[in-house]
Amino acid sequence: MRTPRATALLWLALATGAQAQDANLGRNLAATCSNCHGTNGHARGDLIKPLAGVPADKIVAAFNDFKSGAVPATIMQQIARGFSDDQVRAIAAYFAAQPARP
Amino acid sequence: MSSRAALSRRRLLAGLAAGGALPWLGGCATPSGGPSIGRVVVVGGGWGGATAARYLRLWGGNVDVTLVERGSSFVSCPLSNLVLSGHKQIGDVTLPYAGLEAAGVRRIQAEAVAVDATAKEVRLADGRRLPFDRAVLSPGVDFTPGEVAGLETTAAQERIPHAWKAGPQTVALRRQLEAMHDGGVFALTIPRVPYRCPPGPYERACLVASYFKQAKPRSKVVVFDANPEIQSKKVLFERAFTEHYKGLIDYRPNTELKEVDAATLTAKFDFDDIKADVLNVVPPQRAADIARSAGLVNMNNRWVGIHWLTMESTAAPGIHVLGDATLAAALMPKSGHLANQHAKVAAAAIVQLLRGEAVNPAPVVANTCYSFVTPGEAMHVTSVHQYHADEKTFKVAPGAGLSTAASALEARYAQSWAQNVWADMLAT
Repeated sequence: MRTPRATALLWLALATGAQAQDANLGRNLAATCSNCHGTNGHARGDLIKPLAGVPADKIVAAFNDFKSGAVPATIMQQIARGFSDDQVRAIAAYFAAQPARP
Repeated sequence: MSSRAALSRRRLLAGLAAGGALPWLGGCATPSGGPSIGRVVVVGGGWGGATAARYLRLWGGNVDVTLVERGSSFVSCPLSNLVLSGHKQIGDVTLPYAGLEAAGVRRIQAEAVAVDATAKEVRLADGRRLPFDRAVLSPGVDFTPGEVAGLETTAAQERIPHAWKAGPQTVALRRQLEAMHDGGVFALTIPRVPYRCPPGPYERACLVASYFKQAKPRSKVVVFDANPEIQSKKVLFERAFTEHYKGLIDYRPNTELKEVDAATLTAKFDFDDIKADVLNVVPPQRAADIARSAGLVNMNNRWVGIHWLTMESTAAPGIHVLGDATLAAALMPKSGHLANQHAKVAAAAIVQLLRGEAVNPAPVVANTCYSFVTPGEAMHVTSVHQYHADEKTFKVAPGAGLSTAASALEARYAQSWAQNVWADMLAT
C-alpha cells in the first residue's frame, strides 16, 4: 500500500536524482575555476577574491563585466568569453551555495 | 532549477536524513560513511594523479582510492625554472602528500610496473598486486634515449641534465649553472612538438639569461629549437628576448639535435656543432613507459588515445589516462593545469560510472599557463575547451588568448595560481 509518506519519499528519490544532475553540472563547471580561485571557491592568499558564498547575481554580473570589458582584467576578460550564459549561471549558483569558509 | 529551490530541497533532505527517515540513501547522502562503491587505483602522483585522487574522495565520498607514487613528495615543474635562476629553492616547489592522506587517500610509495586491464590489477615492483574496479593512469612522459645519440648512459644523462622532470635534475642543473665561469655558454635544446609544457623552454632561456645578466654578464644562452619557431607566446617571448636579453640569448629555430658528446659537452646538429659549458637537452618525449607496457600507446606510437567524455583509454576500458601521456585534443597543451582539469573530468565520470549513473554529457576544461620572462614579470596564455558531442572531442571556445605584455601583476598572479592549484590537487 502506498502511504503519503512513501509517495513523498518516492518523489524525493526522483527529485534527488534530478538535483544530483543539476548540482553536478554547477560543481563540474566550477571545478574549472578552482586552479586559481581555490577548491570550491575557497581561495588561498590575498590576491584572489574567494568565490565561495558570494551571491550568484554578483558572480554573474562580474562575469558579464569581464566579458564586455567594463571591468579591465589581465585574464578574466578572455576566460569569461569561453562560457555560455547558462554555464555562468550554474557556476554562480554553485559558488553561492558554498559556505564562505571551508 | 533556481538555487533557492535547490537549497530548500537540500534542507528538507537533510532534515529527513537527520531524523533517520532515509537510511536507504546510505552512501549517497553521507560523504564517507556506508559501503564502498568501488576501488580506484591511481598511478602517478603528479598534477593529474594527485588531483584525481583528491577529487575522487571529494566527489565520490566512499570510493576506495589508492595512490601509487614512487616519490615521497610532490615536486612541481611549473615554477621550477625559478629554481634554475636562483630565485626559488627546490623546497619551495616541493609539497607533501599528507593532505591527500588526511582526505582518505591510501598512499603507497612504490614503483608501479604494470597495469593489467584484463585482470584489473596494478602490479608493483615489490610484487604487490592492487585490484581495482577502475584505474587512473597519470604517468607523465618518458624520454627516448636512443633518439639522441650519446645520451644513452646514466652518466651522460647526469652530465647533460634534462631538468624536464622537477627534482634532483633541477638541482643538478642549477649547480652546473652556479659552477659555470663568467663568459660560459649555456646551450638548451628543444625537441619537436608535442612535448611537455610548450612555453617552458623559452621561459627557461629567459630566466637563465636573467641569472647571467646579474651574476655572469659575459655569458651566453644559445637555444637550439627543432621547431620552426617559438611554440607558445611567440610575440611575447620574442619581445622579452629583445628587450631584456639582447645579445645574451641567441635563438636558432629549425635546429634539431642529432647527437651529443658528454665528455666534451658538444651538441651536434646537421650543419653545426657547439661546445657548451652547460648543456641542457630537453629530449624527445612520449607517454611514460608504463602506458606502453599496459598496451595503451595507440597514437603515433607515442601517446595514449582517449575518450574525452570519461578520459578512458581507447585501448582499454576501465583505464582512465590523464595529462601529458594523452594524445591531446586540438590546441590543448601538455600542461599541469590541464592534467588537473583532465583529472576532474575523470573523477566525475568514475564516480558516476561506479554508481551506475550517466556521465556528464558536456564537460568543460580550461587551461592557464604563466611564464616568467624576468624573476618579477610574467605573462599568460589561456583557453577554455568545451566538449562537442558530435565530434567527441574538446574544442577551444571563444576568448582564448595571451597577455598584452608581461607584467609584475601577472607575476603575482602566477605565484597565486601555484599556491591555489597546489592546494587544489594536494588538499593541503
